[in-house]
Amino acid sequence: MPYDNQPEYDRLVFELSSPGREAFSLPEPDVPVEGARARIPAGYLRREPAALPEVSELDVVRHYSRLSQMNYGIDTHFYPLGSCTMKYNPRINEDMARLPGFGRLHPLTPAPHAQGALALMHRLAGMLAEISGMDAVSLQPAAGAQGEMAGVLMIRAYHAARGERRTKVLVPDSAHGTNPATTALAGYEVIEVKSTPSGEVEVDDLERHLGPDVAAFMITVPNTLGNFEPRIVEITERCHAHGAQVYMDGANLNAILGITRPGDLGFDVCHFNLHKTFTTPHGGGGPGAGPVGVKAHLEPFLPVPVVTKDGERYGLDWKRPKSIGKLHGFWGNVGMLVRAYAYIRTMGAEGLRAVSDNAVLNANYVMKRLEGHYDVAAAGPCMHECVLSARRQKKHGVSAMDVAKRLLDLGFYAPSTYFPLIVEEALMVEPTETESKETLDAFCDAMIRIAREAETDVSVIHAAPTTTPVRRLDQARAAREPSLRWRPEA
Amino acid sequence: MRYLPNTADNQRVMLETIGAGSIEDLLVKVPAKVRLSRPLALPPALAESDLVAELRGLAGRNADADGWVSFLGGGAYDHYVPSPIDHLISRGEFLTAYTPYQPEASQGTLRSIYEYQTMIAELTGMDVANASMYDGASSLAEAVLMAVSATGRREVVLAGGVHPLHRRVTATYCSGPAVRLRDVPAPAGVLDLEAAQRAVNGKTAALVVQTPNFYGCLEDVAAAADLAHAAGAVLVVSADPVNLGVLEAPGRLGADIVVGEGQGLGVPLSFGGPYLGVLAAKREFVRRLPGRLVGATVDLDGRRGFVLTLQTREQHIRRARATSNICTNVALCALMATIYMATLGKRGLVRVGELAMAKARYAADRLAAVPGVALRFPEAPFFKEFALRLPRPPDRVVARLARERILAGLPLKTFDRRLADCLLVAVTEKRTKDEIDALAAALAKAVA
Repeated sequence: MPYDNQPEYDRLVFELSSPGREAFSLPEPDVPVEGARARIPAGYLRREPAALPEVSELDVVRHYSRLSQMNYGIDTHFYPLGSCTMKYNPRINEDMARLPGFGRLHPLTPAPHAQGALALMHRLAGMLAEISGMDAVSLQPAAGAQGEMAGVLMIRAYHAARGERRTKVLVPDSAHGTNPATTALAGYEVIEVKSTPSGEVEVDDLERHLGPDVAAFMITVPNTLGNFEPRIVEITERCHAHGAQVYMDGANLNAILGITRPGDLGFDVCHFNLHKTFTTPHGGGGPGAGPVGVKAHLEPFLPVPVVTKDGERYGLDWKRPKSIGKLHGFWGNVGMLVRAYAYIRTMGAEGLRAVSDNAVLNANYVMKRLEGHYDVAAAGPCMHECVLSARRQKKHGVSAMDVAKRLLDLGFYAPSTYFPLIVEEALMVEPTETESKETLDAFCDAMIRIAREAETDVSVIHAAPTTTPVRRLDQARAAREPSLRWRPEA
Repeated sequence: MRYLPNTADNQRVMLETIGAGSIEDLLVKVPAKVRLSRPLALPPALAESDLVAELRGLAGRNADADGWVSFLGGGAYDHYVPSPIDHLISRGEFLTAYTPYQPEASQGTLRSIYEYQTMIAELTGMDVANASMYDGASSLAEAVLMAVSATGRREVVLAGGVHPLHRRVTATYCSGPAVRLRDVPAPAGVLDLEAAQRAVNGKTAALVVQTPNFYGCLEDVAAAADLAHAAGAVLVVSADPVNLGVLEAPGRLGADIVVGEGQGLGVPLSFGGPYLGVLAAKREFVRRLPGRLVGATVDLDGRRGFVLTLQTREQHIRRARATSNICTNVALCALMATIYMATLGKRGLVRVGELAMAKARYAADRLAAVPGVALRFPEAPFFKEFALRLPRPPDRVVARLARERILAGLPLKTFDRRLADCLLVAVTEKRTKDEIDALAAALAKAVA
């Protein structure tokens, strides 16, 4: 652990504050400052200065360095967080996003003076369209959930333009929570479709729900149990037969690059999580980017503005009367787009195909090595991730949560736990293609060790974690007596 | 391939363990008829040095704020970003972590968010701030939806000075729940209070004002609060937090929910994103807040620790009944803002505001003295940004000044036809007197 040899650190920056200390450097005024305040009504001006910290620059640097050391990240630990695709985040992409021409470019720079950024966006949209088999891509959504919102609103606008009023969206019971939340936000009634125990859509149940009131079916491919939906083509065809649109949640796109494409599977819309498949860093919870791709019949409804190319000139097209409107304050999370562009240009077609091949290989390897020790939620071969169950360990009083906490002590971040909801004591493992066999073996050894401990030494599991900066935390207390901001001790 | 560690030998051993003959055997569930039978049509892979050359080429075609003197604002501002910020947020432990689902292994992120929530609550004068939204536009949209759910009313009144792009995003978010937006004009640059009085009534969920508004003018937030509260409506105030070292906390003036674009707090311009959606509210709205919230608690040994809390509001628990669909937010941008606020501190943020305010005042006086040029809203107080009326079409003036590597400002024609002769000029603490004088001289030539 990176903090093994460090004394415990338990400060917040406010607790370092000392009146009169400063970490900033600002120029001396070269214009008169005295009069400016007087030109603003007194009631608009702050009476009491905001109680921000007063610290030195070294205080700032050391404090946040110390805080960083309380985190596990991909750079320091294997991070098998299923459905999140925690793969290596190439450093060159960081450098490219920081080139002044991108990082220091104002969003309202006149188009003739932002041609390089617009060109990059136009090319990236084209590459994502090719990767997904879609006809057009909007780069605007700020994250996957906003991409979903764009997609569902486009579907709604499409039906409305055809004079159809459809009120329901179907979502599998194994779906990410954002799917039902998005469809509800878009004004639809959400209907859950059952899954088989192995996580596949129950096609009969789907068929039962399909009808003239269904606007869309939203589904993740590969599904959230890590398996490719074998009847997917039949599913998209059945939806279309009832006039419903089919939406693909692209969270698991890392499994199928160059193998198959959402557009070829019959999907009308799909979103991309650039922070998953295309290596933009997760940043402790964002920023991400969630571009959305559509087939030609939905293109008129794309969010405005659309990046266009006319001859050799790039621009922003606002004149799109059927558009669903705007989602992002400007044009999208361009900083993340630059990183994703750099990644795709680094990998090329063969490289991306090798990404998925190795992601699938790694997940199957982990599943194989662990199947004797944990229940496997769905028979393989899996795609890029596998879902295990701690059902067996539960008999010894060891839950999926306990397994996760013990892994932290053994030097690994934890898999996603308790998702998908249809699997009891779920542990969702996504190794990604950037991890080596040695790392996977070490992880599997740790998992096997925990399975053994569950039978022989439950106490070490229940006590875990003990090597982290804090031990298990009282979640109930945090919710019961919310303390959501620091206050000085009275 | 440098990102893919499996050697051919590794692959062979792993396949043997799995009991598969090839990787192809693992893909049997993908139906043959939908398999891609050709390589993706992508440009050839680039070596790192070639990639750098390509991207430098693209970057070089952009008028960045290092090579040009920028007076562009309109919702994104060229404030100085102190050096430690990028160094610290580039630490892999911050950069390559994810949402702190395992709090024991994520205390760094959780603590920094707790600090962020505290600083934002303090600056805005609110009881609680969330861990961040995508950007100022989505913060505004979500605040409006909070007000709708809190009041059970379905109309929202927006002041004419609300950023037009934020307004458009709000309209998109409101299209699903069928919330009606009504606009009150700002003919003199600020909200017409009498018109607002007529628009706000018992059906109004929220009155939304932005200060300084899109035109740079300062709104009378206290008067807006009285008006909203008299009708039982929520007052949503959109404010740029970097200004709140000098400007009164909206909470002190009667705001119930405060939102804002936090880009000015140390987040790079990046052609519009990723930015930082600030969202803070009074205590009674806590359980209606969208997105992540970090709370303090204790561990088994009684030591202080931090966790994601009140998660029953969120999509991964509440699904279709969640307060919002947001999952990934902008934690790293919130970290930039936290380090910015810690670095500037109690006095630095006041200085930033004072410098911007003084330089904007100086610029307004200098530019309005150019023959034919005048302040568009001379009666309204402004902060770091102001609209000018020009005697020549502003887009042509902008094109002319671009020849001198000056980004003169934002022509307002595309946002409001009535302001087709106007240019919006922003001045941060970074602009120097010399640069402002050069702008005035170039403008004088361009309009002569």
